[in-house]
Amino acid sequence: MSAQTTTGGVPERKVPPTSVRGAAMRGVVARPGQEAIEAKGWLRAHKWLLLRRASQLGILALFLVGPWLGWWIVKGNLSSSLTLGVLPLTDPFLIAQQLAAGQWPYQEALLGGGIVLAFYLLFGGRLFCSWVCPVNLVTDAAAWLRRRLGLKGGKAPAGNTRYWLLGFVLVIAAATGSLAWEWVNPVSMFHRGLIFGFGLAWGIVGGIFFYDLLIAPRGWCGHLCPQGAFYALLGRASVVKVSADRRSACNDCMDCFAVCPEPQVIRPALKGVGQDHPLILDADCTTCGRCVDVCGKDVFRITTRFNRSES
Amino acid sequence: MNDTVKPTGRTAASAPSPRRRFLKDAAGVAGGAGLLALGAGMYAKQASALPATAIRPPGALPEGDFLAACVRCGLCVRDCPYDTLKLAELGDNVATGTPYFEARRIPCEMCEDIPCVVACPTGALDRGLTDIGKAKMGLAVLIDQENCLNFLGLRCDVCYRVCPVIDKAITLERMHNPRSDRHAMLLPTVHSEYCTGCGKCEKACVLPGESAIKVLPIKLAQGSKAEHYLRGWEEKEAAGGSLIGDQVELPVRGLEDKAYGDTRVKPGEGPQVPDYKPAQPAGSGLDSGWKP
Repeated sequence: MSAQTTTGGVPERKVPPTSVRGAAMRGVVARPGQEAIEAKGWLRAHKWLLLRRASQLGILALFLVGPWLGWWIVKGNLSSSLTLGVLPLTDPFLIAQQLAAGQWPYQEALLGGGIVLAFYLLFGGRLFCSWVCPVNLVTDAAAWLRRRLGLKGGKAPAGNTRYWLLGFVLVIAAATGSLAWEWVNPVSMFHRGLIFGFGLAWGIVGGIFFYDLLIAPRGWCGHLCPQGAFYALLGRASVVKVSADRRSACNDCMDCFAVCPEPQVIRPALKGVGQDHPLILDADCTTCGRCVDVCGKDVFRITTRFNRSES
Repeated sequence: MNDTVKPTGRTAASAPSPRRRFLKDAAGVAGGAGLLALGAGMYAKQASALPATAIRPPGALPEGDFLAACVRCGLCVRDCPYDTLKLAELGDNVATGTPYFEARRIPCEMCEDIPCVVACPTGALDRGLTDIGKAKMGLAVLIDQENCLNFLGLRCDVCYRVCPVIDKAITLERMHNPRSDRHAMLLPTVHSEYCTGCGKCEKACVLPGESAIKVLPIKLAQGSKAEHYLRGWEEKEAAGGSLIGDQVELPVRGLEDKAYGDTRVKPGEGPQVPDYKPAQPAGSGLDSGWKP
């Protein structure tokens, strides 16, 4: 554990010693969020993280109680599923690949794809990444370990590689006339593996973990994943957004930048760079709410894109 | 985007222009992403050859179309009442996540309502298939005639007995057994017109390890039809008579009362050879058994 913080008598804007900047000044490994835990209590400082884990694991559990206990609430996997025998849901990313490969799916798949598409268009594309996708558990674990071990540096590809990759995924589907990406797609492979059995897919999941841990910080979800890129495109006009509406209280501790999976989205809202309102409108934001949790000054909150107020 | 930003406050000589930098970055990123996608595409292409023991569910589109249509959701697997179907795992040599079954492990029970086809949301399993008897999952081939017990002259018949389309998809064809010269062999014979590829014969084959009869993908199991060769007997049947007119029938001496072409004779029938006795050794000594 880090040194005890002494909050008594220090000026309000003083950078806390456990934060990213405070630790850098003292030359120790930072514990982002420590200040928030002391200010708000552990539970409130992990509120969105806990809700998110509950969502991720809950959705996974819905798929697993069928094969494990015989309670068939949801059949299938994230690629396509049938809930309670009536509600079809299909991943629109797969339908896009299918159409590129020249296959027109049956109505259930189109309907299911439409429902999912409408949800993410409305509420926020990358909600999928942070609230549903099981790979997030892996990459979050890698990012957490990276912070705890104080691993610095690494070489991540440019952030827009994923959009190029998304384009190529569709081109390859059209060129080969098959869902070529689905042979290797770690996102669908991991979820399917958990439900139907892994084979060697553990290797791909482990590869992503170690890639994120040792080579590229936030490398997979933040730079490469074409599925995330697809959902980011969906969420360009969605409603649920994070706002830095109390940005005047920011003490520049940098904790939010340390925990944010897409740290480039924070600056325009928090520091008013290139925009005057405090909303994070960048489609790369996954609305994970971790910045809300780790801020000891309660700068951030989750709101709608129509709420541009600042307090 | 980038090229609209003027590099103010920066010496133009020290930094490359934003447009150039953007193009350079984009080229690098596009190249990297392209290579990654190309790798995935080539892997997919290379691995798309289905191993001969992997059989697709009933109604599956031809393999190429199937790989474009199947989203690997496993709904067919879930609705298969006999746990026949499974999703390929990475390393199974079948396209990752696609459904298949191995007949020797669990064959298809040919449900009449075909629940796997009904469950498929994408059309990878074609709902045009409503009669499971018309399914073409593969084709059974009696591939090992050296170990098949019926080919050895025994009456195993198990593949024939378990066949759900018995006497159509598999028949027992009676053949002369040249080894004993006095027995028949009843050879299990598959007819592609009726075989659905369910694999019950492969599952039931009594041989200890590998089965002598195997369901293979139709592409592996069947040759292409020789288009130039007209089968005379089929043409004759279709035309209702011979296309070249009746043949001249000449009598065969000694067989005048038999049907034309029938040369079989019963003992004592037809031209007879005078009684023949083997030569006896002179005198009454013991037969040493020696023969020249």
